Amino acid sequence: MELMVQVKAWLYKEFLMEWRQKYALNGIILYTVSTIFICYLAFSIRGASMSPIVWNTMLWIIVLFSAINAIAKSFLQENSQRSVYYYSITSPVAIIIAKIIYGMILMSVLVSLALIVYSVLLGNPVDDLPLYIFVLFAASLALSSMLTMISAIAAKAGNNSMIMAILSFPIVLPVILMAIKASKNAMDGIARSESIDEILVLIALNVIIITLALLLFPYLWRN
Amino acid sequence: MRKSWWKVLAVVLVCYTVVGGLLFPVPRLPILNETIRIVHFHPPLWFAMIILFTVSVVYAIRFLSSNDLKHDTMSINFAKVGIWLGILGLLTGMAWAKFTWGEMWSGDPKQNAAAIGLLIYFAYFILRGSIDDQAQKAKITAVYNIFAFAALIPLLFILPRLTDSLHPGNGGNPGFNAYDLDNNLRLVFYTAVIGWTLLGIWFATLKTRIDWINDKIEDKQMVTA
Repeated sequence: MELMVQVKAWLYKEFLMEWRQKYALNGIILYTVSTIFICYLAFSIRGASMSPIVWNTMLWIIVLFSAINAIAKSFLQENSQRSVYYYSITSPVAIIIAKIIYGMILMSVLVSLALIVYSVLLGNPVDDLPLYIFVLFAASLALSSMLTMISAIAAKAGNNSMIMAILSFPIVLPVILMAIKASKNAMDGIARSESIDEILVLIALNVIIITLALLLFPYLWRN
Repeated sequence: MRKSWWKVLAVVLVCYTVVGGLLFPVPRLPILNETIRIVHFHPPLWFAMIILFTVSVVYAIRFLSSNDLKHDTMSINFAKVGIWLGILGLLTGMAWAKFTWGEMWSGDPKQNAAAIGLLIYFAYFILRGSIDDQAQKAKITAVYNIFAFAALIPLLFILPRLTDSLHPGNGGNPGFNAYDLDNNLRLVFYTAVIGWTLLGIWFATLKTRIDWINDKIEDKQMVTA
């Protein structure tokens, strides 16, 4: 019960921080939208003439980069003096749960926005849209929990954004590969039973990552 | 001598597999022909790599629960030796692929997964290099080690089974057993796995002991200075 109260307080604090410094959130949104716009201009074609594989892969690369930029700051913005204060008043498990939930909410908003803008600009050749959206969300939840944990590690290693990128790219690859495969199936409108394996792996990855984060984060936090 | 019997065993086994792998009669199979001899080098190297990485993770977990820096040194050195075996495994695999699949890199899911796995461990070493404080470094890299290992497993064992792979035993291809991995072949194969693993453990423990001695020397110099 105590944990729930702390998680709520942390979530409230996260939203408050985000609201007070709106430039961060707006920055991420602008980042995503302008990346999509660059893709649109660079290809300078409508979805009809763009091959479905390129359409799909491009969206995932945009999602990946937006995710890294959006989640990277979840720990990078905490400075060490404040951490000491937090350490004395809350349990680390509450912090990581709150950060993961916040990251998931942020990613859901970002991914929905990205899909809408992307579809408007580059067309939407997806056949099985509900499944596609499901895969998009499942993968972005996995991405956000992974990246939250990596961001905690990178923050301890001197707030270096290069460290964040090299630590996260290889680790998020299984998620991205699964997601690209499952979403390609959804796009081609292949029977849903065909992508059940990929979706199960995605969900399993989600569970593994969150469990690991809960187990490992207290060790990172305590020093 | 009584304590070092396994080192002798490691040398004997590796020598046996090198000689045996090159000289023993092998089954004549289409496409594979004589290249099947790489089966004595390529898969055993990967097996040994996975075993060493597992040991490294076990030491990372032990470090987190004990806070003993000796466990951390063990963990990093097992990872270091593991990555060398991984590179050798990749190179032998590429040579094999060149002659059987036609290209060094054919975009096979297992090849890609292997490359990603190596990237993860390279990132681990860079992370280690980027932190100065000894205790901090040990703790953070132990966490990353465990996290990365959990991410590597689905990569190496689950992903290739879901997609079409050129490797035997994946994506509908028959496993090597079907290619009649005859008893002679199998004998050398398992010997090679044990031999490379023991050799790896030997390297890792040797390096760990050197590191411990260096630490002690540094401590002494600090005291006298």
